[in-house]
Amino acid sequence: MLSKSNAKVFFLGGTVVTFAIFLGLSWNSLSNDVPEQTHEENLTQQVIHGKEIWEQNNCMGCHTILGEGAYYAPELTKVYERRGEAYIRTVLTSTAPWQPRGRKMVAYEMSEEDANNMIAFLKWIGETDLNGFPPEPDLKK
Amino acid sequence: MKYKSQKVAYWFFALSMLLLSLQIIYGFIMGFAHMGFDNLHDYIPFNTARAVHTNLLVVWLLSGFMGAAYYIIPEESEQELVSVKLAYVQLISLAIVGVIAIVGYHFNYWEGRKFLEIPRPLDYLVVVNVLTFLGLILATLFKGKKRTTTSLVLTMGLVFAALLYLPGMIWFDNQTMDSFFRWWVVHLWVEGVWELIMGGILAFLLIKITGVDREVIEKWLYVIVGLTFISGILGTGHHYYYIGVGKVWLVVGGIFSALEPLAFLGMALFAVAMYRKGEKKHPNKLALNWTLGTAIVSFVGAGLLGLAHTIPQVNLYTHGTLVTAMHGHLAFWGAYAMIVFSIISYTMPNLTGRKLYDTTTGNFAFWLSNIGMLGMTVAFGVAGVAQVYLERKVGLEFGDVQKEIEVHFLILVTCATMFTVGIGMYIYEFIKYGKPNDEALIAGKDQS
Repeated sequence: MLSKSNAKVFFLGGTVVTFAIFLGLSWNSLSNDVPEQTHEENLTQQVIHGKEIWEQNNCMGCHTILGEGAYYAPELTKVYERRGEAYIRTVLTSTAPWQPRGRKMVAYEMSEEDANNMIAFLKWIGETDLNGFPPEPDLKK
Repeated sequence: MKYKSQKVAYWFFALSMLLLSLQIIYGFIMGFAHMGFDNLHDYIPFNTARAVHTNLLVVWLLSGFMGAAYYIIPEESEQELVSVKLAYVQLISLAIVGVIAIVGYHFNYWEGRKFLEIPRPLDYLVVVNVLTFLGLILATLFKGKKRTTTSLVLTMGLVFAALLYLPGMIWFDNQTMDSFFRWWVVHLWVEGVWELIMGGILAFLLIKITGVDREVIEKWLYVIVGLTFISGILGTGHHYYYIGVGKVWLVVGGIFSALEPLAFLGMALFAVAMYRKGEKKHPNKLALNWTLGTAIVSFVGAGLLGLAHTIPQVNLYTHGTLVTAMHGHLAFWGAYAMIVFSIISYTMPNLTGRKLYDTTTGNFAFWLSNIGMLGMTVAFGVAGVAQVYLERKVGLEFGDVQKEIEVHFLILVTCATMFTVGIGMYIYEFIKYGKPNDEALIAGKDQS
């Protein structure tokens, strides 16, 4: 029968071993996969400023990116490809809340420069290799 | 209660109840917005409501855990808290940091990273606050006569939770890196160290309520937290499937996530088995309801509802949809909200001397809140599955799909109303108990 000290060894041993594997896999991902899959060479100052604006306005509070965020507004990972630059610029610089299908977005009234940074960020993120996400809608006529 | 300093716990629980009430209000704002009634948009846009809703959840749960620790550690280590004054300072500063953060969210003062929206300057205050808390707990533990497994597991959970907050404070230029480390905080909290805290509190409650031998309960506690870490640490991989890191995580995350329900199943079987084995029938029936309830509902919400969603082939379609909200609600409710309710229900008669062990209000609170939350989970699930099918399979526009599923939010809000009535009754009873007093202290000493 399992004793309390056996159970303790199971807990401590299991934790140490799995955590070591986790650290090893993380190290491998961060040093090999991420630079390649995210095209780190394209991470310009403009893209970084775009990410700052993304966070300052909590865009993730309504939208998702890389499938992460809230579920109130569209997933934006591929928005550059889907809508194009002009559409995105119009939304971001709009002085009235953007509401294509009735649901309102905050009117951010961004400057031309901020809008350009955001577009650079969204273009960069759209080029990331996401292992097949988002999937192609296979029932689309 | 046996130690005067345990009274501090009451005020942490009171803060919890207050913040929970606010959390529910912001939940309703979002529910109505999803139904198409976003009349508050100009004052409280969705992203504000969302940040407030999730952050209040984190803070009220942490406040509940802290209260639990302030009650459990003195009793387990047979030692008064080393400084009650400092514990009150810590409570007040926690409340202040929370209020500044919540008010800030209404004025675009935040960090815009899901669950970790607290702005950087306030992060440092959180760190100081948590260090004060840990200092008090550790000092009490080391000064005490006894170091039980229950108190060590609980403390270990709290220490790791504090350490894991740190990776979330590093700035990354790359969104994928940012996300990778954000999950070190969020996932390793809720599917790792928080389960240690939950396990510790659960073990304490089972020892008190069932009267089963401590050695038996603590042995199984080790097995369960062992299963939690073995599955949960590598289970982090299910957040890495589709964010721009290697395919190895599809395999590792897939396998270990499938094991994650085992820890919760273990917890449910453990609680039920100990209850059946126990010869002592503690009169506090409400505490027993919540204790068995948390073990069972967490298995369903966190274990089973998470399981299908974390299979990589399924997650490809459900990732970033309302299916996540479905799992999230029942998981947080079952595992963490209900364990806080359990410890509050157990401690209140001991703190105040009023023995409201099996009241009608208390029973209604338990059933209404649970049935309401189950209904909300179903509504989220139906909305989520419809969204996945129409958007990800048929390829309809996001906005068109949202119009189609508005009706499910009517059901959601209806069930949320039932849930809120239950919570309201729980809080009413909490207030009815009154404040902790020294007469309860004497009664507690007589019992021991």
